[in-house]
Amino acid sequence: MSTVLFDVPGPVARRRHRIGGVIGSIVLLALLGLVLWKLWAADQITPKAFEPFTDPDILRGLGEAILTTLTAAAVAIVLALVFGAVFAAGRLSDHAILRWPSIAVIEFFRAIPLVLLILAMFLGFGDVTGRFWALVLALMLYNGSVLAEVFRAGIKAVPRGQSEAAYALGLRKSSVMLLILVPQAITTMLPAIISQCVVALKDTALGYIISSQELASFTKQVISGYNNPIAAGAIAAAVYIVINYTLSRIAQWLEARQRRRGRAVVPLASTPAGDPSGGVSGGVSGDGSGPTR
Amino acid sequence: MNVLIDNLPKIISGFWLTVQLLVVSGIVATLLGTLLAGMRVSPVPVLQRAGTAYVTVFRNTPLLIVFLIIVTGLPAVGLQYSFFVRAIISLSLYTSAFVCEALRSGINAIQAGQAEAARAIGMTFGQSLRLIVLPQAFRAVVPPLASILIALTKNTAIAEVFGVTEASYQLDSLVRDFPTALWWLFAGIAFGYMIIVFLIAGGASLLERRWTVTR
Repeated sequence: MSTVLFDVPGPVARRRHRIGGVIGSIVLLALLGLVLWKLWAADQITPKAFEPFTDPDILRGLGEAILTTLTAAAVAIVLALVFGAVFAAGRLSDHAILRWPSIAVIEFFRAIPLVLLILAMFLGFGDVTGRFWALVLALMLYNGSVLAEVFRAGIKAVPRGQSEAAYALGLRKSSVMLLILVPQAITTMLPAIISQCVVALKDTALGYIISSQELASFTKQVISGYNNPIAAGAIAAAVYIVINYTLSRIAQWLEARQRRRGRAVVPLASTPAGDPSGGVSGGVSGDGSGPTR
Repeated sequence: MNVLIDNLPKIISGFWLTVQLLVVSGIVATLLGTLLAGMRVSPVPVLQRAGTAYVTVFRNTPLLIVFLIIVTGLPAVGLQYSFFVRAIISLSLYTSAFVCEALRSGINAIQAGQAEAARAIGMTFGQSLRLIVLPQAFRAVVPPLASILIALTKNTAIAEVFGVTEASYQLDSLVRDFPTALWWLFAGIAFGYMIIVFLIAGGASLLERRWTVTR
């Protein structure tokens, strides 16, 4: 298997790689061992640190916190899809009066930190909406703006001949959009939309700032009660990783399937999420993608 | 409006901390991310797998959880660093996973024929890396790296919750003194972030324009 960097290794190179592998393993194991030993010595990963998680009350709380996280992410994504569709339509509009405000809204919410947005939502509307909805609305505004750009890219990725043919048949712009471009763009955009779900799910952890009772806030309560930051943090991280990794794999699989079928794809952003992170993700995130370039 | 003008020193000092977090974390994350990318494209399976594991863990964990573990965990094992240093560690660990992926995709974006041609005319590994692979890879990674830097700018705001008095913290603290001026403060601080973000985006597009090559 020849790659960009290396030719197919011969016997000498293979021996070199084996030696490198042995040295690399020793260095990595030493690092890992040092960290684990430090943590064990500080009573951070001993059974005692994980003991709270055998308590049925704590487990029930953990379940509820995970449910809150999933609910917040799901509601935010559904709302963000609607928000994104509306503003993508505005941005693709022929009327400047619709286009410019849409661009301004999309660019604004993508350029500011989600933390700032959540804080402002909570401080401004928190007494009306409560913590959960302040978080969800902030997530909707940010992810909706990112999705609006995804939709626009998806519409633009449909081969030009499709819309030209539709116009040639005498369809109006609205019909071309609804009958020809959008249906084709939806399959194209599915992987990117699922990736955005990962970003949204990661970003729900920012509810910690306003103690919105999701997984990160719950983890904080456990840590302050039992002083086991590493153990509790590892359990929270594991929950997020399992869910997000599954979603990412689904997105990758869909993308690969579309490439095989020779469809256009909106490339998955490998950026953190607002993360992102950001989304960096990605996001992603997010991502975390910046203003359009 | 007056709130913004009266408290400009506070807001500016907040953004000065934001910029410090951004620059230091950006440099550390780039170094760590380059190391990880090197591991992932190396021909040594053990290193590849270790790099992949690191990236998988940190790309799928919320940054806030990373912060929570680092900020509360380091003192628990007896390491006393300042809040600023702990924020840098958290941001760098998280961002380096994304930097690694950007660099790796940049290397993978090069057609294999380029390197094969370099080998065919007798270039050594170092020459092919220096003259053929890296110059092309750098061009391919400018847009994703700019996105990562922008995301990092926004992610520094999380340090607000963990004891660093950067720009977003100023919103939190100033609203306590001027509860009616929330939206002015929000707009002013948001504007500050937008300046940083647009500077990064503008710099990246300049680089891209200068480096555009026909493929």
